[in-house]
Amino acid sequence: MANKTKLSLQNVSISYNEQVAVKNVYLKIASGKVTSLIGPSGCGKSTILRSINRMNELIPNCKLTGRILYDGQDIYDPKIDPVEVRRRIGMVFQQPNPFPKSIYENIAFGARVNGYTGNMDELVENSLKKAAVWEDCKDKLKESGYSLSGGQQQRLCIARTIAIEPDVILMDEPCSALDPISTLKIEETIHQLKKSFTIIIVTHNMQQALRVSDFTAFFNAEPTQDKLGGKIGYLVEVNSTDKIFKNPLQKETKDYISGKFG
Amino acid sequence: MNNKSYENISSQLLFNSRGKRNISNRLLTLVAGTFAVISITPLILLIAYVLIKGGSQINLDLLILEPQPPGAGVNSAGGIGNAIIGTIIITIIASLISIPIGIGAGVYLAEYSKNGSFSKAIRFGTNVLSGIPSIIAGIVIYALIVVTKVIFGSTFSGIAGGMALSIIMLPIIIKTTDEGLKLVSDDLRRGALAIGASMYTTIMRITLPHAFKSISTGIVLGVARASGETAPLIFTALFSYYHISTFQDIFYEMSSLSVLIYNFALEPYKEQNELAWAASFILVILVLILNLISRLIGNTKPS
Ligand SMILES: Nc1ncnc2c1ncn2[C@@H]1O[C@H](COP(=O)(O)OP(=O)(O)O)[C@@H](O)[C@H]1O
Ligand SMILES: [Mg+2]
Repeated sequence: MANKTKLSLQNVSISYNEQVAVKNVYLKIASGKVTSLIGPSGCGKSTILRSINRMNELIPNCKLTGRILYDGQDIYDPKIDPVEVRRRIGMVFQQPNPFPKSIYENIAFGARVNGYTGNMDELVENSLKKAAVWEDCKDKLKESGYSLSGGQQQRLCIARTIAIEPDVILMDEPCSALDPISTLKIEETIHQLKKSFTIIIVTHNMQQALRVSDFTAFFNAEPTQDKLGGKIGYLVEVNSTDKIFKNPLQKETKDYISGKFG
Repeated sequence: MNNKSYENISSQLLFNSRGKRNISNRLLTLVAGTFAVISITPLILLIAYVLIKGGSQINLDLLILEPQPPGAGVNSAGGIGNAIIGTIIITIIASLISIPIGIGAGVYLAEYSKNGSFSKAIRFGTNVLSGIPSIIAGIVIYALIVVTKVIFGSTFSGIAGGMALSIIMLPIIIKTTDEGLKLVSDDLRRGALAIGASMYTTIMRITLPHAFKSISTGIVLGVARASGETAPLIFTALFSYYHISTFQDIFYEMSSLSVLIYNFALEPYKEQNELAWAASFILVILVLILNLISRLIGNTKPS
């Protein structure tokens, strides 16, 4: 199976306040596929995800070494504009965070910011449809985004990300604040989306990784040597989801999958 | 109940009004209530006194006319119309200066600098600025602007007065902008940045509108504080007996309610003392209204 590589992390280490949080990650993300990042909490999944669209730069004292290639281009090259990176690599967060505007404006805002010139009504409708939330929204487009339920808000946030037509969508535990029914809806949405986007999803729910992703990367953390109680995260292994869950190469992965820790 | 080691457990559940604990409860309530009444009394006395003394003077002429020089032979001492207009103009000038600078500085502190040493210095400076006596603001503008005649050669002027008041308003606006923006959830900022909005767009379209309530409250409180100041105006705007008639008049001495009170309350003529009371009335009402407005803004729901 020869997959085109969309993103390639090469020896990426990230530290906060001089404390290494995750080290020496080599990871290739296949184009047009869903890759899930799993592992115990604190092993650096969110940290790695944020580094892929340079959101980690908004955190003071967060430093990255190594390279992240997006379509072969190093996104941390000083010549690169982070706003352009984020425009192509969108992100959906753990907590739904609609803007304090109407549902319609939630979608239109990003489109306008990015200079969209097409038919706005169409774009709003299509984006909401792709995110499987059109039926819930179509009669109240003028109402505040906060008038929706948590699951609907999350799908609105996905719609707003789709609307700017990114290339890659990052999702950081998008369902952890949601009930099981909303979670299933979001998973259906992800299945729809992978036809047009490359998706990377962080999840602590292994069933979810199994259901939605083509590839799975397992992260773990080990205590630091200095006995300060700190932990350093690292990538244990990455493979097709099938292999990771049925036939992992590493014992650590096997223990985690079978619930021995985490 | 046979636990003998606790002597203040009574033998029954009934409320005993003579019990030691209940007596001390009532005593403390009484003491606290008394001090609460004492603390509010000056405010009530002040407002009642000014409203009665000044309110009785108010009529249409008084609100419109200029004050007449004492002993001019007329029965009326004229009005305080020019001072009302003067206070409004000087406050507007002060707002035009302090609102953009204050919001700009607040945005810098909350959105750009986070916690660097430069921003710590600005925050410290802002705190100091809000604590300095207002007369210092007056003397500084006097030395920098009035004496040097840098503004088109004018000396005492409405502009200089507005500048002095803007120094009073500035720290209030910086602080409320800074604090209002800090209350905006980071999730919102990240949401906007993650769809490719620049920092500038995020601030202008998402964060600032979200903090609109606290910022406008701060502006109104700043205006309320500045509009009643006297000391900064004595050295800067001075006073004038006349209505302004053209735009150029803002480069000359300008009257204001607070300086009118200061000047006329000390005059030996009864008519002018009465004008001072009337001006006090207007000023108190103005400050009350501004405070009410800030409460109203504070109580509105965010959109
Ligand atoms: N904003 C931050 N500031 C400082 N340390 C952080 C920050 N975010 C995460 N960390 C640290 O980095 C490590 C990895 O965190 P994170 O990426 O959130 O893990 P995960 O998402 O796998 O639970 C943790 O030890 C955490 O304490
Ligand atoms: Mg996380």
